[in-house]
Amino acid sequence: MQSHSLNQHNEKVFIFNNIVKMLRLSLALMVICGLVYPVVVTGIAQVVMPNQADGSLIYNEDKEVIGSELIGQTFTKPEYFSGRVSSIEYDAAGSGSPNYAPSNEDMMKRMKESIAAWEKANPAVPVNELPIDLITNSGSGLDPHITPEAADVQVPRIAEATGINEEKLKKLIKENTQGRELGLFGEPRVNVLTLNIALEKLLQ
Amino acid sequence: MIVSLLSIAITLLIALLLAKPVGIYLANSFNYSNKNKLFYPFENLIYSISGMKNKNQSWKVYASSVIVINAIMILLVYLIFRFQGSLPLNPSKIANMDPSLAFNTAVSFMTNTNLQHYSGESGLSYLSQMIGILFMMFVAPATALAVAIAFIRGLSGKSLGNFFVDMVRGIIRVLLPIAFVTGLIFVALGVPQTLDPTVTVTTVEGGKQNIAVGPVGSFLSIKELGNNGGGFFGVNSAHPFENPNGPSNFIQILLMLLLPMALPFTYGKMVGNPKQGRILFVSMTMMFIMFLGISLSAEYQGNQAINALGVQHDQGSMEGKEVRFGVAQSSLYSVVTTASETGAVNTMHDTLTPLGGLVTLSNMMLNTVYGGVGAGFVNVLMYAIIGVFLSGLMVGRTPEFLGKKIEGKEMKLIAATLLIHPFLILGASAVAFFTPLGHEAISNSGFHGISQVIYEYTSSAANNGSGFEGLGDATNFWNISTGIVMYLGRFFSIVTMLAVAGSLAVKRTVPETIGTFRTDNGLFAGVFIGAVFIVGALTFFPVLVLGPIAEYLTL
Repeated sequence: MQSHSLNQHNEKVFIFNNIVKMLRLSLALMVICGLVYPVVVTGIAQVVMPNQADGSLIYNEDKEVIGSELIGQTFTKPEYFSGRVSSIEYDAAGSGSPNYAPSNEDMMKRMKESIAAWEKANPAVPVNELPIDLITNSGSGLDPHITPEAADVQVPRIAEATGINEEKLKKLIKENTQGRELGLFGEPRVNVLTLNIALEKLLQ
Repeated sequence: MIVSLLSIAITLLIALLLAKPVGIYLANSFNYSNKNKLFYPFENLIYSISGMKNKNQSWKVYASSVIVINAIMILLVYLIFRFQGSLPLNPSKIANMDPSLAFNTAVSFMTNTNLQHYSGESGLSYLSQMIGILFMMFVAPATALAVAIAFIRGLSGKSLGNFFVDMVRGIIRVLLPIAFVTGLIFVALGVPQTLDPTVTVTTVEGGKQNIAVGPVGSFLSIKELGNNGGGFFGVNSAHPFENPNGPSNFIQILLMLLLPMALPFTYGKMVGNPKQGRILFVSMTMMFIMFLGISLSAEYQGNQAINALGVQHDQGSMEGKEVRFGVAQSSLYSVVTTASETGAVNTMHDTLTPLGGLVTLSNMMLNTVYGGVGAGFVNVLMYAIIGVFLSGLMVGRTPEFLGKKIEGKEMKLIAATLLIHPFLILGASAVAFFTPLGHEAISNSGFHGISQVIYEYTSSAANNGSGFEGLGDATNFWNISTGIVMYLGRFFSIVTMLAVAGSLAVKRTVPETIGTFRTDNGLFAGVFIGAVFIVGALTFFPVLVLGPIAEYLTL
């Protein structure tokens, strides 16, 4: 019994004596993990691969930033390829989606509206050829990609709006299509922003 | 679709091949006679700064060390969040955090949960992201890893060791080196790593676009490796900066599985019988593959309601998903992140099909399909002991585990640990349903609303951290209630399981006889899986019927 109470006493003494040590250990680990580690990684990254480290930014001829290769933009004009639905209008100060459940009625309403708008803007392409990624909200609201099929179905509309022939547009899509990395990882996809920048160059 | 499935198979194969060597490395790292030349000087420096000495601790001292130093860290980080507005490294001029949100966030990251009721881009300064969040992303998994190692030491009849030494070794020998290398790989793949503020650009159509950046690469690697899961950005790894392509997604999945899959092998090595670990590893992998199969088939079938609109839907259910991942990699990620209790997401779990959502919930409720680094494996060993106990009852023999008699004292502690998990999830959900403060947050009507609340508390109690994010959870009610659930979900079982370890460590080893129930063969694998499913299903089946299963049947 006596040894038991002695143990308890020892534990209290242990914690009390060690609080300052624990605080010192916490602060040391805070500096190592929270400051030294990220600053060293930032330093190396900024020197070795500044393009990626700064966010894969795209510049125009005047050296102004016009976007990031990895972040989608809003395209509403009929002469541009349009991307995925974004509830945050591609505002990359934040990120998000409406998180609709599969049974959500607002989502069904939004999709029906998207389909109606599609039929109006693309009379040449029937709804059963419209790929699902064009009427669904991406997870991030910033998805820069659409599927190659989703780019192809927009060709008739863009050809009519810009006067560029369909063959040329299809070639443009091919150039901006990325396959699976190593033939294995990720899905084939078209970068809408780089595609539209290339399209704009053709127009000028 | 075939290539997508092939890429899943290859990813898992590589993860499986890494498990054993990493497990052995872990066992060696925590062997006190191993003074690694490369890392020992760094560790010594930390010991001398803090004044810590390597003395063996009783289970009570080990457990109190965990509780007290974690409390100190919560307090430090809470203060940083509260005053971030006037602290340095705040180029985007972010304001101080509210008290209840700062409490929730500090607890969330200390408990390895990483439930986030704030949005990274607008809620935290770079300083908070670094010495607050990033710091905790190292110490939280290191804490759980240390506890798991101490528990295994107890099972094998050794003294538990010293918590501070274990924690420091976990960081210096395991977490930091791997995070450093993979962090740089992530940057090479396109993840930003900068201290510059948000970039403002003029878009192609002439609009203004703000693009949040930051030191993301160094954050991302430890987020996955430590099974933390909290995103630098609001939408986590669905954000193109936090997961830009196929290879980055592949590495994230490997990192999430790395330590949870390795621990069974660490265990086998430390108890001196590799078969003991292998049998648990195989059992967990079987459960994992079953869950993955259900999720993939549900997500590929898609949402019948959308398919009925008549659009081209071969891709499956794409709402809330990113094109670069498609259905296959999104579904895989959702199963891996809940199995490993990481909580990172590359697709919005709220928008998963009902059965896809059911799988993620089940993973967190069982909390034994690998489980988070350390904490998950302790839970697995707990279920193994329950399996032995149930078998003992059936044949009328005192159950033994690794030659130690499992008696009343241990079983009482284990029963309490087993019950706290459903008590926290179901109890807190019941409170939320009964009060307007709780059910006002539900954003989706019908059965899915039930799933949203259950998911939030399951994720908190299992220290996962993902969410059905439609839930309007940034209120005092949710901040405080989930904060309490996360804290108890973490520390209650750490204390009780260390008590079990302490009690077993001093017991005499019973010699193995022909009548001993073996825990390293196929029969035991069956008993283990049976224990997990019977106990888990009995506890949670009713609430799963009310949520995802009802939604599935009525869609």
